[in-house]
Amino acid sequence: MKNPFENLDRVLEHRVRLQIMSVLIANDSYDFNSMKEIIGLTDGSMASHIKALEKEKYISVSKTFIDKKPNTKYKATERGRTIFKKHIDALEELIKQQKK
Amino acid sequence: MKEIQEYEKDIASIRTMMERSVKFISLSGLSGIMAGFYALIGATVAYFLIYYPYSPFGFRFYYVNEQSVVIKLLTVAMLVLIFSIGTGYWLSSRKAKKLGTSIWNKPSQQLLTDLLVPLVTGGLFILILLSRGYFVVVASACLIFYGLSLIYASRNTYKEIQYLGFTEIVLGLLSAILPGYGLIFWTLGFGAMHIVYGAVMHFRYDK
Repeated sequence: MKNPFENLDRVLEHRVRLQIMSVLIANDSYDFNSMKEIIGLTDGSMASHIKALEKEKYISVSKTFIDKKPNTKYKATERGRTIFKKHIDALEELIKQQKK
Repeated sequence: MKEIQEYEKDIASIRTMMERSVKFISLSGLSGIMAGFYALIGATVAYFLIYYPYSPFGFRFYYVNEQSVVIKLLTVAMLVLIFSIGTGYWLSSRKAKKLGTSIWNKPSQQLLTDLLVPLVTGGLFILILLSRGYFVVVASACLIFYGLSLIYASRNTYKEIQYLGFTEIVLGLLSAILPGYGLIFWTLGFGAMHIVYGAVMHFRYDK
């Protein structure tokens, strides 16, 4: 890896999106409210970041109903996982180079 | 482009998010200590039901084969269970509030499902043993099934729960080797060990 900056993903440079992806990498799936609570965001900003990740096809969405209440679940896609891995590899590489 | 410290913070936040999304951190150590005390009280009542006036360390003279005694012991065990779960729920939701999270979230749901499968299996198995009159392995089965469910559920909470699980299994196996001392092992496993591990968790995480 000559220049790790090139491997950084522009979408994941935003910390909240990186955090959303981290949760979805560590878990099979996660629902909107639990995610919101863990990351500590408002409904609105959470929804906008989710939308951005969905648009890039990093995550997939499934909607079901529990007791007539909507329950939205998110999953990391294969594409999302690959890009996430590449992104943190690049982060590690950057930090390593800096420490030399 | 961000500063290098920002990238370090990125890495740190990935770690925190992964851990927090998987682990149930509101589990209160104090509730473990309380569960231990309830078990000690329950064990004392059981001692009076089975052994009194003989020493609990001697091999017992009476076997638990009267149905009325079995029902009394079951009632005591159920009361210990209800009080322990009640206190656990109360103290853990208090801790959750302090941590700014809720007690009913994805990690706690996962923890509960993981706990319930081996625990209910064990409970039914023990009821079948009781109904068939195999009293001699009941204490041992309680400890072993409880230990297995703790180990299975521990991936969603503090690692002390896993160690507690291993301790319960060792006590359960020892209890099977030494039949007749069931109450002693039960008291150690459900009373003393809950107090020990609960105290460890309380001082490590609740302070």
